Amino acid sequence: MFRPSNHLLNKEIKEKKFKNLLSTITFFLFLPALIIIFWLFVKGYSALSWDFLLMDPIQGMTAGGIFPTIVGTFWLVIISVLVACPMGVIAAIYLSEYAKDNKLTRVIRLAILNLAGVPSIVHALFGLGAFVLFMKMGTSILAASLTLAVMNLPVIITSTLESLKAVPHSYREASWNVGASKLQTIRYIVLPNSLPGILTGVVFSVGRSAGETAAILFTGVAFYLPFLPKSVFDQCMALSMHLFTISTQVVGVPDAYPFATALVLILLILSVNSIAVGLRSYFRMKRKW
Amino acid sequence: MEIKVTEPAPLAMEWRQKKKEKPIAEKIVEGIIKTGGVSCIVLIAAILFFILKESYPFLVGAFNFKEFFFSEEWYPASVVKIRYGILALLAGTVLVTIISMLIAVPLGLACAFYISEFCSPKVREIYKILIEFLAAIPSVVWGFIAIMMINPTIINLFDVPIGLNILNASIILALMSLPLIISVGEDALRAVPETYREAAEAMGATKWEVATRVLLPAAKNGLMAAALLGVGRVLGETMAVLMATGHSIQIPNSIFEPGRTLTATIAAELGESPKGGEHYQALFAIGLVLFCLSFIVNLTADFLIRGRRQ
Amino acid sequence: MNKKIEIKNLTVNYGNKDVIHNLYLDIFQNEVLAIIGPANSGKSSLLRSLNRMMDFHPTAKVSGDIKLDGESIYLDEDSTFLRRRIGMVSPLPVGLPMSIRENVLYAPKMAGCKDQGELDFIMEDCLKKAALWDEVKDRLDGLATKLSGGQQQRLTIARALSHHPEVLCLDEFSIAIDPVTTMKIEAVLHELKKNMTIVMVTNVINQAKRLGDRTAMMLHGSIIDLDSNDRLFNGHVKDTRTKEYIEGLFG
Repeated sequence: MFRPSNHLLNKEIKEKKFKNLLSTITFFLFLPALIIIFWLFVKGYSALSWDFLLMDPIQGMTAGGIFPTIVGTFWLVIISVLVACPMGVIAAIYLSEYAKDNKLTRVIRLAILNLAGVPSIVHALFGLGAFVLFMKMGTSILAASLTLAVMNLPVIITSTLESLKAVPHSYREASWNVGASKLQTIRYIVLPNSLPGILTGVVFSVGRSAGETAAILFTGVAFYLPFLPKSVFDQCMALSMHLFTISTQVVGVPDAYPFATALVLILLILSVNSIAVGLRSYFRMKRKW
Repeated sequence: MEIKVTEPAPLAMEWRQKKKEKPIAEKIVEGIIKTGGVSCIVLIAAILFFILKESYPFLVGAFNFKEFFFSEEWYPASVVKIRYGILALLAGTVLVTIISMLIAVPLGLACAFYISEFCSPKVREIYKILIEFLAAIPSVVWGFIAIMMINPTIINLFDVPIGLNILNASIILALMSLPLIISVGEDALRAVPETYREAAEAMGATKWEVATRVLLPAAKNGLMAAALLGVGRVLGETMAVLMATGHSIQIPNSIFEPGRTLTATIAAELGESPKGGEHYQALFAIGLVLFCLSFIVNLTADFLIRGRRQ
Repeated sequence: MNKKIEIKNLTVNYGNKDVIHNLYLDIFQNEVLAIIGPANSGKSSLLRSLNRMMDFHPTAKVSGDIKLDGESIYLDEDSTFLRRRIGMVSPLPVGLPMSIRENVLYAPKMAGCKDQGELDFIMEDCLKKAALWDEVKDRLDGLATKLSGGQQQRLTIARALSHHPEVLCLDEFSIAIDPVTTMKIEAVLHELKKNMTIVMVTNVINQAKRLGDRTAMMLHGSIIDLDSNDRLFNGHVKDTRTKEYIEGLFG
């Protein structure tokens, strides 16, 4: 009868140990994420109510709700996406469809790379210098949204570029071969088939902007405002900033309040991201090739 | 075999004969697209320009290279003698970066190994969604967790007076940079051709041997890039370190002492410094330092990734 | 005979790799020119130079001149119109991710044809020529990407015919098609040459023999032999390697 030698058995045991070690590490790395959500939920749940969502903060932000911060975050995210999305998609189309393999293209790629790597607080400095002061927008929703848009641009470009590259090159060639122009090929072949991916990337960037704090710190967000913004030239409050304020700057906030605020922020971002994940799997199923 | 072939369509076919100039609309749209491509260069240049512009008066005025980089005395609002030394801040940044990377890089790469080499496709999907989820948690929430959760834990566990310190910030930063390190690391591992693994396994190598002797060397550059991108992420992180480091300007002697980073200093002080004043300009100078640091880190990471592809 | 295409001193390289050097070739009106030769001899690159597909290749460099009806194809900066005159069938089947109907009508629509009657006629006509009509006439609105490889290849041919090019380039069109259908399409091509000029690259020597009026033998980026089929396949070769290739001794 065949019996594996001791040497081989040892090897097998070692192999198992190695695998178990790695899987344990991985599991425990992801454990915190789940614990955190669970814990935020437990601690914040008691303060969560319709009143909390729909009331203004009162008594020096120690009571009431978070309604204006939700409104503010909404403004900021929508405007920044409206600005960043067309710009990012256009830049990605250039890179994927027009750019030749030359110096200029390499410089553009490096620029995007660095744009993505610039710390968010440096983006805030840029927003302050360029939008608030130089373009005289003042600290306003517009200035903050534009700063967020600059931050999101490389994210949208990268994800759009990926979706454009996912459209097989043979489709483009087939379209050129029968005498469609470059732009027609982009319009009728490339874009319709990459739209789902582009959309998913944009939705992800919405989630990202909703949680961003540093970039809007000095460009358009106020600690506290007694009124809702009426135009893009007003300041606003933001959910992320509000969490920072009531957890570090204000004394006497009931314990559950910041927890509930963090919970709302996380749930907001999570639901946006779930939409993106859902869109992605839906489109993957419906893919035409 | 009888095949009936029609003559060229007896219909007009005018559309075929006409030689058409490129329509004006098409030219305009292509112009816009080309401008859009260049806009990224303009933007990055604009960022550099405006930060230089705001910090310029300081750089040619009160700036003293030796003091700025080698003094740990940051007293921008002192009544007696104003001093701008960022050594302590730099030390804070470097310390939290190193310690968080010491935690995150080995763990993250181990995790990348597991997900790319051992996982079944289903489990991998689950982990990928978890990674995306972890990456989506905003930094201000991480800061909040640092204050509310890790702070008391450190106090209880190590019996120290304050839990908002270098260790706390490093743990938070490690957690924040993990998703990036894992996903870039996994990409690097999956880029190693399947044939390498098969060849090694055919010779009887265990997974452990395959991992250390085949995959590690083959994916070396990509894994280094993963670590470097993690460094870039940690270096620029603002809100979480602002809330977690405990806000004291000193070179920490141990990981249980509080400190402060470059980013947190800007976030904490810019609001209070009068616009256009020297303090304000000095903060922009710190922004310049951060810009350059992230520039170097990102370029190196890109160089490593590109090297791998070629 | 009327020269449809004149190629003068054509050189193509990708980066540092030369694939075609100093090639001269005249293609006559209404002939079928077959191009044979072993792999990597530059046959496809030659075809792709004809309709300036090389413009889209990131590293390809083309020098020399190609004239269509006596006029350089490089006169216009934009090559779109040229590609309406010179049709191309690539070796790999590509059904665009849209319905079969839209696939066939893609080219006329892009060229600005709006007449519904004309479009309907073109669709049926081209699908019949490509020997695909009977198989797909009941599901014209189905996705083209769901067709089999051979069907998609015939769809590619239908698409190439849909804008009635003056020159039709075929790059190993029969790779994915079964022999019976191939014969049907070959018969159609034989008819089509009354109205157009056909340049075909093929690896099947017998196909060149059956279809071609003349055959060119390419090797290492040059044409080493070019003659009418009567002569070339009956031993009148300038280069012995042509004979060896035809007889299957190498390649």
